[in-house]
Amino acid sequence: MQRVIKVGMADLKVVIEPDVLTTLGLGSCVGIALYDKYKKIAGLAHIMLPSSQQIKNNSNPAKFADTAIELLIQEMLNQGAVLSRISAKIAGGSQMFSFGNNGSDLMKIGYRNTVATKEILAASKIPILSEDTGGNHGRTIEFYSETGDLLVKTIGHGVKTI
Amino acid sequence: MSFSIDDLNNLHLDVLREIGNIGSGNAASALAKMINKRIDMAVPIVQILPFEGVAAILGGEEMVVAGIYFLVEGDISGNIMFLLDIASSKVLTNMLMGREDMSEEFDEMDRSALQEVGNILCGSYLNSLSALTGLNLKLSVPSLCIDMAGAILSVPAIQFSQTSDKVVLIETLLSEGSYKVKGNFFLIPDSNSFDKLLESLGVYM
Repeated sequence: MQRVIKVGMADLKVVIEPDVLTTLGLGSCVGIALYDKYKKIAGLAHIMLPSSQQIKNNSNPAKFADTAIELLIQEMLNQGAVLSRISAKIAGGSQMFSFGNNGSDLMKIGYRNTVATKEILAASKIPILSEDTGGNHGRTIEFYSETGDLLVKTIGHGVKTI
Repeated sequence: MSFSIDDLNNLHLDVLREIGNIGSGNAASALAKMINKRIDMAVPIVQILPFEGVAAILGGEEMVVAGIYFLVEGDISGNIMFLLDIASSKVLTNMLMGREDMSEEFDEMDRSALQEVGNILCGSYLNSLSALTGLNLKLSVPSLCIDMAGAILSVPAIQFSQTSDKVVLIETLLSEGSYKVKGNFFLIPDSNSFDKLLESLGVYM
């Protein structure tokens, strides 16, 4: 039986074929989908902030790009994934609101989350196969452990598989 | 010492509720003047929730909602978000423009009207806060986004997440005849401003 498992905000989960991972309403957060296509092990993290280094309140590793990716990889390895086979797809990182030039750095958090995610994946030597990031709209994503497909749904910006 | 939302006690909640009450009252009067009709208001509900719980209140992460976001500057800095479901948004724009449009589409006029209502409501709220605390507070121009609740809420959630995993939510119910408008205010002081705010209200621990 295929189960659909929800990944909340600042949360991460790992599943094995045939289960599906989903996270609803990604805005400035980034969904990081990692996949071992031989073992069909899929992991999904929903991160909120780029780095655990800059914040005092950092007890939840799934909240930050750096610690979430590290933990997600570890949990996939625990399930039998092999690091050299893991690839990534990412989605999210929107700027939902804008205030012209007056916006604080916080308004660019989506962009910063995306950049940090890419840097950390590169440092971990995990290739990014595809991405749907940026813009100013929300996304719901579904990650299929059978195929490694990442389905991206939006309001008014269509549906696509990346 | 830095104060976090986790440290809020019942007294703080009462104070926030009272500000919500006065602010919503002023907002309702402003709205009533604008549309020249009587507006009733229920006592606001102030809640502190883990951010995972917020989307559920609005009908789930994928529910389409309207969010109007402001920067707050002056003696304290932070943000205010005013969030409405689509039905309430339509009721508000219909009230303002004196028409009965039942579609769920929002054209430029609707969007502009929504931003203006948000501006009046959040402005009234902030003025109450300013009057009570003696703090000088300024509101930026509004920025509107109509999209999935989860995506819109990610913006205040990210801000809150730097200091806490919880949010302060003030739920206001305005009604005009049989039309009901349910609005949610999120008060998001920057981490250092929270102490200052509570201190100005005389309830800092």
